[in-house]
Amino acid sequence: MPLQMMEGSIAVAETVRLCRPQVISAYPITPQTHIVEGLASIVADGRLDAEYICVESEFSALSACIGASAAGSRVYSATTSQGLALMAEVVFNSAGMRLPIVMGIANRAISAPLSIWNDQQDSIMMRDSGWLQFYAEDNQEAVDLHILSYKICEDHDILLPAFVCFDGFILSHVFEPVDIPSEKEVDEFLGPFKPYQQLDVKDPISFGMYATPEYYLEFRYEHDQAVHRAADALRKHGKAFGEKFGRDYSELVEGYRLEDAEVAIIAMGSICGTTKDAIDEMRAEGKKVGLLKIRCFRPFPAADIVKALAHVKTVAVLDKNISLGAKGAVGIEVKDACYGLGIPIYDYVLGLGGRDVRKKDIKKIVELAEKGSGDMFYGLREELL
Amino acid sequence: MVDRTIENFDCGHRACGGCGASSAVRMILKGAGENTIVVSPTGCLEVFSTPYPETAWKTPWIHSLFENASAVASGVEAALKRQGRLGKEKVLVIGGDGATVDIGMLCISGAFERGHDFTYVCYDNEAYMNTGIQRSGATPYDADTTTSPSGVCSTGNNRPKKDLPQILVAHGSPYVATATMAYPMDLMKKVEKAMNTQGPCYIQVHAPCCTGWGYDGAKTMEIGRMAVECGLWPCYEIVDGKQTSVKKVQRVPVDEYLKAQKRFRHLFKPTRNDAEIAKIQAIADANAAKYGIDIE
Repeated sequence: MPLQMMEGSIAVAETVRLCRPQVISAYPITPQTHIVEGLASIVADGRLDAEYICVESEFSALSACIGASAAGSRVYSATTSQGLALMAEVVFNSAGMRLPIVMGIANRAISAPLSIWNDQQDSIMMRDSGWLQFYAEDNQEAVDLHILSYKICEDHDILLPAFVCFDGFILSHVFEPVDIPSEKEVDEFLGPFKPYQQLDVKDPISFGMYATPEYYLEFRYEHDQAVHRAADALRKHGKAFGEKFGRDYSELVEGYRLEDAEVAIIAMGSICGTTKDAIDEMRAEGKKVGLLKIRCFRPFPAADIVKALAHVKTVAVLDKNISLGAKGAVGIEVKDACYGLGIPIYDYVLGLGGRDVRKKDIKKIVELAEKGSGDMFYGLREELL
Repeated sequence: MVDRTIENFDCGHRACGGCGASSAVRMILKGAGENTIVVSPTGCLEVFSTPYPETAWKTPWIHSLFENASAVASGVEAALKRQGRLGKEKVLVIGGDGATVDIGMLCISGAFERGHDFTYVCYDNEAYMNTGIQRSGATPYDADTTTSPSGVCSTGNNRPKKDLPQILVAHGSPYVATATMAYPMDLMKKVEKAMNTQGPCYIQVHAPCCTGWGYDGAKTMEIGRMAVECGLWPCYEIVDGKQTSVKKVQRVPVDEYLKAQKRFRHLFKPTRNDAEIAKIQAIADANAAKYGIDIE
């Protein structure tokens, strides 16, 4: 298929159509709105044979996905920010019941103060929920990760839900050329949903039962193991995706000019694009800088990161989130992964609530990291403090 | 015709001896018939019927959170509809009063407004029993609970029961009823009727709780009947917004029903509180007038 110029949200909606969910349940919230509007119109036009449930809240949106998934249907929802926060209890519950739900997250800041703009605090606050978390650098990746997520989540060795995270506005509202695969290709790749088990009167089972202290720990262990197993599932299905669609996703992390880099920048999402441009300019100036993009945040690719960073002298982590009272989540986890390696790792919390991050900022951060100055909010307007 | 031989809520659950809810659920499942998928929010019922790795359910059953049973049921219904299974298989929610009249209201309102085809049955034991007998929106006036205790400055719960059946009538529900486990055939027939009615139906079932209300577990049926006979639990049906039936009784004063339970003993000891008992009698009288309970 030729590349099409499309808004990110519409590209995602068109891709979800190709994945053939039988039940869509969603509530509109900025900047996710265009996705659910797109899907509503796709269903209204008869381009997708699905039930579209107009729920009264995000809480019910994901709740209905639980019921529909347990009853044997492929399902989809999308949300962001406050909507994800409202879903919180259901996020954990759906993962605990091991339901392969795919949900798009148009990443946005959390209030207060109210902000509709982008950072990644919303999905990061759900990092302990047992959902898989994938982050897209551009709209093509947002499209591809939706298809791939269904494949991984529905794998009977995995059976987990997944967030496909793409930066709100920066990706969701931006027109980019994207390759939307054909129906036939996606059908061949995904196939129909085959539930491992389901609510069925011919074979009655009880879902989500009550576990006493004798059993709860084992359930959590098995859930944790499944999240770890998803790394191999991503490698396997990501490779197959590459063979089918020509874009390889067999790696959880991706290096850019990293092979001989002395300074490595680590980032997730759309900021990786800006960073790559900044790196090209720095390279032209003779600076050995590279990027390690984290595509899969859950499971956290600790071993892949250690391997990729073996030769670097300094690491600068860009975090579009903050665990208040600690540091940025990616920074914390990278430091944990690299414990004992002796590489200085500095964390920069930046771009919160939609604050622009430009190439010059990336360059400035590299200078700070080289000087050993880090673990800070970057770009604070001192005059406001 | 209700098939009374159906036993989809099996032996082996861990409810208290004399539990009104467990008896109610057994009857509800007889009324619901085979091919029923049950959604149950957190509460007594879930805890006593599904301790892993055991289950008392012989019909497909899914746990929901405390507050989202009707949203989960909406999803189950939508999936069945899309798969061409709806009708052959039916969706039933069974939740306690805390999950129903309080925390679940948003999801119930949403699901009823959207018109999903399922039946919601609330087993109303009039408090949060599983967590130790705290007040809910369904706790009756003057009942003593651990969060609405009677004391020098209090006669117990100071608000009347929230009228959820009428709230759901206002949502346009095609079938709303009240029932009690003390009249099993009436309960089973109402559940059967609801399950065979297209759209979101609601039944609120009086389910006495010997532990929470403070009476001998052998007297659950008797307590249930007393509630009906004094007018505090009217059993009626509302079809398409119009009342179509009510259980008529030769009404007795509320005193005997109240005296039989520890949750109301502060109204009689150390001295009889005539003023408060009169207020409860007035609630029963208002029910009688509203629903036409009295045998002429």
